[in-house]
Amino acid sequence: MNSELAIRNGTVLTADGVAEIDLFVKDGRIASIGGDHDSHTTIDANGAWVGPGLVDLHCHLREPGEEWKEDIASGSAAAAAGGFTALVAMPNTKPAIDSGHLACFITERGRQVGLCQIATAGAITMARDGKALSHLDELWEAGVRIFTDDGASVADAGLLRLAMEYLAERGAVVAQHAEDQGLSLGGQMHEGAISSLLGLRGIPALAEELVVARDLALARLTGVRYHVQHISSRGTLDLISDARAQGLPVTSEVTPHHLAFDDERVMALDPAFKMYPPLRAASDREALVAGLSDGSIDVVATDHAPHAPFETEVTFAEAPRGVIGLESAASAVMTACSLPIETFFARMSISPAQIAQLENQGRRVATGILANLVVFDPERTWTPDRFRSRSENSPFRGEALRGMVLATIYEGRVTHSLVKS
Amino acid sequence: MKHLLSISDLDRAEIEDLLTLAAEFSSVLERDIPKVPTLRGRTIATVFFEASTRTRLSFERAAKALSADVMSFAPGTSSVTKGESLKDTVLTLEATGADLFVVRHESVGAAARVAGWVNGPVINGGDGAHQHPTQALLDALTLRQRFGKLDGLKVGIVGDIANSRVARSNIDAFTKLGAQVELIAPSPLLPVDLSAFPVTVSGSLEDSLPHLDVVYLLRVQIERGSGPILPSLAEYGLRFGMNRQRLQMLPADAVVMHPGPINRGVEITADVADDPRSLVLDQVQNGVSTRMAVIFRLLGAS
Amino acid sequence: MPEPTRLLSADDVRRALTRIAHEICEHHSGVSNLVLIGIQTRGVPLAESISEAIADIEHEKVFVGSLDIGLYRDDLASRPTPRLGRTLMPVDLNGRNVVLVDDVLFTGRTIRAALDALSDLGRPAAVELAVLVDRGHRQLPIRADYVGKNLPTSIDQRVTVRVEAIDGENGVWVGS
Repeated sequence: MNSELAIRNGTVLTADGVAEIDLFVKDGRIASIGGDHDSHTTIDANGAWVGPGLVDLHCHLREPGEEWKEDIASGSAAAAAGGFTALVAMPNTKPAIDSGHLACFITERGRQVGLCQIATAGAITMARDGKALSHLDELWEAGVRIFTDDGASVADAGLLRLAMEYLAERGAVVAQHAEDQGLSLGGQMHEGAISSLLGLRGIPALAEELVVARDLALARLTGVRYHVQHISSRGTLDLISDARAQGLPVTSEVTPHHLAFDDERVMALDPAFKMYPPLRAASDREALVAGLSDGSIDVVATDHAPHAPFETEVTFAEAPRGVIGLESAASAVMTACSLPIETFFARMSISPAQIAQLENQGRRVATGILANLVVFDPERTWTPDRFRSRSENSPFRGEALRGMVLATIYEGRVTHSLVKS
Repeated sequence: MKHLLSISDLDRAEIEDLLTLAAEFSSVLERDIPKVPTLRGRTIATVFFEASTRTRLSFERAAKALSADVMSFAPGTSSVTKGESLKDTVLTLEATGADLFVVRHESVGAAARVAGWVNGPVINGGDGAHQHPTQALLDALTLRQRFGKLDGLKVGIVGDIANSRVARSNIDAFTKLGAQVELIAPSPLLPVDLSAFPVTVSGSLEDSLPHLDVVYLLRVQIERGSGPILPSLAEYGLRFGMNRQRLQMLPADAVVMHPGPINRGVEITADVADDPRSLVLDQVQNGVSTRMAVIFRLLGAS
Repeated sequence: MPEPTRLLSADDVRRALTRIAHEICEHHSGVSNLVLIGIQTRGVPLAESISEAIADIEHEKVFVGSLDIGLYRDDLASRPTPRLGRTLMPVDLNGRNVVLVDDVLFTGRTIRAALDALSDLGRPAAVELAVLVDRGHRQLPIRADYVGKNLPTSIDQRVTVRVEAIDGENGVWVGS
């Protein structure tokens, strides 16, 4: 057989377990595992991990409407560099993704760019203004499987209940950006010793926990699959764990920056450490790291939120919320959590693909599947300083990270490689 | 010392050096010709994004007493209303010839941010609820003049601690100089987490008064951002205001301070403000000499 | 670096200051309207010494003030963190005869600054200058009225004056 691509000397996450074995790709699919075949292109993994391409359940690609921050092309390039083969774009674009044709536009732009699969979440309410349901059926028909008003909570419990009932029938996921507006109003960072010292208005963990507690009651009522976005506190994790113990179909995600940093880092008032939810106390961070390791938290999601340099060259209070994360995510997670190979791929590829219902993503390596792969060296160290994203608001700039994406393969094509020959 | 951004950047020796220098400048200000040619040809920009007449005037008086030129910047009369950013504003001022910047801004960390953009030294003239270091220095000078030293003094800071940059700078400066600080406020006006503050807390002004050497009353604003944080100013005044009767509960040689401007009848009644034990006017006077000392230290050394 | 050479002993210094005291008394026909102002730091103890010598001669104490010229220097930007000494005037200077006292007269810039400082403090009837050592190399049109010792030096030599009250001994050294 003449293959297009060989990945040699990898530590591969196969359907039958982890094996040190060569892979061969032909016509975009895994053609052979093991054996020896000629290939047009060879990637020498040199012992690095090879597994399903990473899947990001939560990123902001800013197209349409804010293309100076990012667009689907630059976001896809950043994703490929970060080892991702699929993204779920958040619907808080301008306009918001509240109708079928808008969702189609996103996925179609993603296909044109062709560096990874771009899925989109749909808004729960029209224009994300929390007043009336969006075109939920249209969005479902357009392929949307995750619904959220991310950037804000759906505050109206009655409206959320309606959406949950409607979407439960379809089998969609209702995802919540949990933020009680009253408790977070004017807040800049985690409410605690550091905010008190700095004189910055705090955002108590309760702002998140209160919304999650309410939503869990609604999820119990409606039976919907409920997903908590970017969880930040030990208390939220406890609420989710209790609900899961009672059998509710609840999942959650955590960002790399919440695994890596706590509110101490805000002391320097660098806007690259400003986001919602805010970096919380060291004890929260420790709980999140433990929760990700033991599976209480299902998924790492980047909450990649680009903002242009001119928007962040302001004071901390004036800076917009959110930081980029696609290119540093895998490394940041390894640095903070030191996950074994099975857990790493479960949290960063398999579980997010299942939640997003992306059938060609997050699959253990097996003959015949589409070749969506990442080659990740868990030991190699590097320091982020330049980004393929259009924006540079990264808290990991200048941080020494362990673990490096060596190559990304999307549908058999190499979309990123440091080791190709 | 490259900038003066926060009292936390200073150790006790540096604070005392500035106070000694400030006392020296106080004597300059008492001369018939209260002006020295030290900073002739240097230009000081006062960049006040937040309204403040007193602090700006005090800095400008200090600059002029050192013979520096002053460029005064305030939004409303400027391009900020046209959307010019803080960064562009200070870079423009620097290109226009400013050697030192005094920055006041409603955002925490604004002065530190400016220090990262310009070459010249930056003095924090107040950043949100964070720091107001020259206020702390002038208050420490005032107390040193009255008591000789701050070691062992018991200072009660009364009022809206949570939203006060004066409180944050003064707690740090006073405790570094050996004083003990007690915060006296209803709980919504206290910072949520006091673990990083070397202070004690009291909810009752009257319980605290008999053991205080200094009562430091903060200015109270009942509105902040989202709305009222107190039932009313009148009720606050009844619980935490300083009046004649409470003045008599203080030890005989204790003093009363306030950073101004005073809400007479709220934090402090008119007769207390004008009592010989009120140091309010000393604070204002020391403001000029303290700011001269800071400007001199920052521009004299290069 | 070779050891500095001692050019004036403690006795030499005492004799020079005594002579200056005599010259001042002679020139002013008495000392009733006189103020000696030492320039910080070593000019101050030298002014005190001259004042004591005058008291021995005239049986009258003359006022001694101290003047710090740190705020009047023209080279602030090129100096490390400046330290300020005290400026203390025992009497109103208006109408007085002032004798400025300094240890070494060199470029003249210190004296220029001292004259500026003095003019902000009052309007003396006359101002004179007494120095322990004049080492030449003036950069301004300034001369001393009373000189303890003229010391021809090269511009890069270092002249060190030590006085009892500050350094524990009196004397003048020249080093390279």
